[in-house]
Amino acid sequence: MSAVVTEGAGVRYADRIRSIMTPGGIEAWLVEDYTVPIVALEFSVRGGSAQDPEDKPGTAHLLAGLLDEGAGPYDATEFHERLDDFAIELHFGADRDGLSGHLRTLAKHRAEAFDMLRLAVCEARLDDEPIERTRAQVMAGLRHESTDPDTMANRAWFAEAFPGHPYGRPSKGSLESIPLITRDDLAAYRARVLARSTLKIAVVGAIDETTLAAELDRTFGALPATADLRPVPLAAPQGIGTRRLIDFDIPQASIRFGGASIHRTDPDWLAAIVVNHVFGGGVFSSRLFREVREKRGLAYSVHSQLAAFDRAPVFVGGTSTKNERAAESLAIIEAEIASLAEHGPTEEELVIAKKYLVGSYALRFDTSTKLAGQLVHVQVDELGMDYMDRRNALVEAVTLEDAKRTAKRLFGDGRIFTTVVGRPAGL
Amino acid sequence: MTEARLVEGASSSAPARSGAELSTVTLGNGMQVVVIPDHRTPVVTHMVWYRNGSADDPVGKSGIAHFLEHLMFKGTEKHPQGAFSDKVTELGGQENAFTSLDYTAYFQRVAREHLRTMMEFEADRMTGLVLSDEVVAPERDVVLEERRMRTDTDPGAQLGEAVAAALYARHPYGTPIIGWMHEIEDLGREDALAYYRRFYTPENAILVVAGDVTADEVVTHAEATYGRIPPSGDAPSRSRPREPELKASRLVTLADPKVEQPSLQRCWIVPSYTTAAPGEAESIEVMLQILSASQTGRLHKRLVVEKRIAVGAGGWYQSTAVDPSRLMLYAVPMPGVGLEALGTALDETVAELARDGVTEKELARAKTRLVADAAYAQDSQSSLARMYGSALATGSTIEDVRNWPDAIEAVTAEQVKEAAARLDPRRAVTGHLLKDEAAR
Repeated sequence: MSAVVTEGAGVRYADRIRSIMTPGGIEAWLVEDYTVPIVALEFSVRGGSAQDPEDKPGTAHLLAGLLDEGAGPYDATEFHERLDDFAIELHFGADRDGLSGHLRTLAKHRAEAFDMLRLAVCEARLDDEPIERTRAQVMAGLRHESTDPDTMANRAWFAEAFPGHPYGRPSKGSLESIPLITRDDLAAYRARVLARSTLKIAVVGAIDETTLAAELDRTFGALPATADLRPVPLAAPQGIGTRRLIDFDIPQASIRFGGASIHRTDPDWLAAIVVNHVFGGGVFSSRLFREVREKRGLAYSVHSQLAAFDRAPVFVGGTSTKNERAAESLAIIEAEIASLAEHGPTEEELVIAKKYLVGSYALRFDTSTKLAGQLVHVQVDELGMDYMDRRNALVEAVTLEDAKRTAKRLFGDGRIFTTVVGRPAGL
Repeated sequence: MTEARLVEGASSSAPARSGAELSTVTLGNGMQVVVIPDHRTPVVTHMVWYRNGSADDPVGKSGIAHFLEHLMFKGTEKHPQGAFSDKVTELGGQENAFTSLDYTAYFQRVAREHLRTMMEFEADRMTGLVLSDEVVAPERDVVLEERRMRTDTDPGAQLGEAVAAALYARHPYGTPIIGWMHEIEDLGREDALAYYRRFYTPENAILVVAGDVTADEVVTHAEATYGRIPPSGDAPSRSRPREPELKASRLVTLADPKVEQPSLQRCWIVPSYTTAAPGEAESIEVMLQILSASQTGRLHKRLVVEKRIAVGAGGWYQSTAVDPSRLMLYAVPMPGVGLEALGTALDETVAELARDGVTEKELARAKTRLVADAAYAQDSQSSLARMYGSALATGSTIEDVRNWPDAIEAVTAEQVKEAAARLDPRRAVTGHLLKDEAAR
């Protein structure tokens, strides 16, 4: 899209993005572009699995799977056939804090596509047949994941880091909870969460402002005005300084580790991104890659990321090493955390990380769908329409002092909470 | 009303033209260059494809194509270990590589002004690789960990390997891309260098550049970089054993205490785009779409919605391949449903398609959905680069890719029936993934 032009070319993102307000009072960000005859729409509302009923984790995830399983005049089969007849791509998803929708259509089928989106958003039927079918699919997925080492380690990490908190519950639900979810639960969740008050929309592609405004009013106009969200308490991960071993008969130990991080609204957020890049974020350049993989051949994959959940920001990482050397991998990871906490990154690491983060920013938005997704994020985080133009300067401005201070904030005294699935020797 | 709009919607979908401005030249040393302009954003995707993959691994050296792909990041005389990756990082680029059955590819995505730099580094890496035992040994451990992660901790992946091994009696498509554990353990520096010298030549390589560039500038840069590499003399040929036509059905069962969700797969060897008669692979593609589309396919309708014996069902076809390749159908049973019964229902669904054919609506829907993928690919320069690179690396032509939407539109209902008739259960290899109830 011509919107994705870096500063060098002199065109600002902010000049290409328009914020439109429909007659019905719905706001959306639009990048109008006719290079490719398609339209991509992304939207999200706040909520996600954190709003699941306490005894019924998996409700949001199940609902997301059901919104396109029959709506308005069409049963599930007719609905999917109609999507395929017009090559419309439509699906929904739930993460911990939000419920999202993803639409992609050829421009010539724009009217049909928005009509299908409207039906899914406002008139999903939640018929018994698709509920039972989707429930069975989710259960099959959960059974499969119940012995997948990475999933086991990840679930255990969140369950024990956030006991009694929504983030500690499995976002896809469990073999115990999924059978309990009723149609009423799904409908009640939808009525509380799917509302205009937290709705953020971005559209990229071959559509003009007037047409889009009319489509958005038709699509989202019938939603309730205000979401009824339960407060989610602020939380910090528990168990820091401990390890939890889960015995499992496999040749390789799957390791998850992490600790508290900082909020996305924190002034040090971009410094934290830089520090994480140095630690385990950079694919071929991070300390974890060099020390664990390249120098010692301990693992194929070793990584870390900042997971900025709304109410409990964390950093989490993982790797998989054969049982005999798992202790060695974990010792190296812990040593790097301790070293970063104490000394921060070096000047050279800082420079390289900043160059990468600045230079690669445009690569993140090279398709219409990816750009629309980013524009939704910017809205959710209330970063402002000029954020994408300001962001690289903010990264450039991170000093060594900032990075050292932030590394200390992230890694503190170097202690982490770790879960290990497998039969590691010496742990 | 619904009816009329459906038909109109389907029939008015003119074939999408992908890569309309695409151009290609061959350098003096035999290296093919393909340029796919995409001026929407000032970045480029730079890929070099080599026409060799795991199916070209020497006997007893399985995994060498993939291992060498890892070792290609270990530096050259001119650019020691880490220099290339450091440069990509410094320029804010992304990079990686992948190995498939028939090809190996390396790519970087960078701002357009850095294309030449990437070409200099990548051209240097085509012939300048330096390997020492000190870097080879830990990297072999990395690959062994990769295999443990992907396969040895996952019963489903272990079954997949055994099914492929049973499907191919002679051809190396039956060997895992990553290689067998005991053979990877024995791979060394000399194996990697011998394989490298044989295949990493300009005649065997294809340069694909997609992005904010013109054909002229790419060719100028290519001549000044890749063009300076002397030709090796002749392009390496792929000599792989041909498969016998086995008449027997084969059942491969893996039972493991870790399996909590059983599943069934049936596999056949079918023509690929490269080996098929004109229109044949397209018919298989349309037939598979009709059978396996995720919510509208016959398998979903019969097994999941109507009979309620499966929680999911679908299929997959490795259509882009040098040699006859694999088509797989699968189903995941509802609790309490046996895999034998599930297999019978799957066979009936295929037989029904072969016997009674398709409705006009089903045929139109399948074509619309497939052809739209070509239109959607235009939104992603890396998708376009991969589409053309994989096609060319397996023996298809640019014209084949361009004409693909037309060829899909031309598939008839009769051809779909014929394609379905290929899927004879009496010749299939079936995989059963089961819980081992006896263990523990």
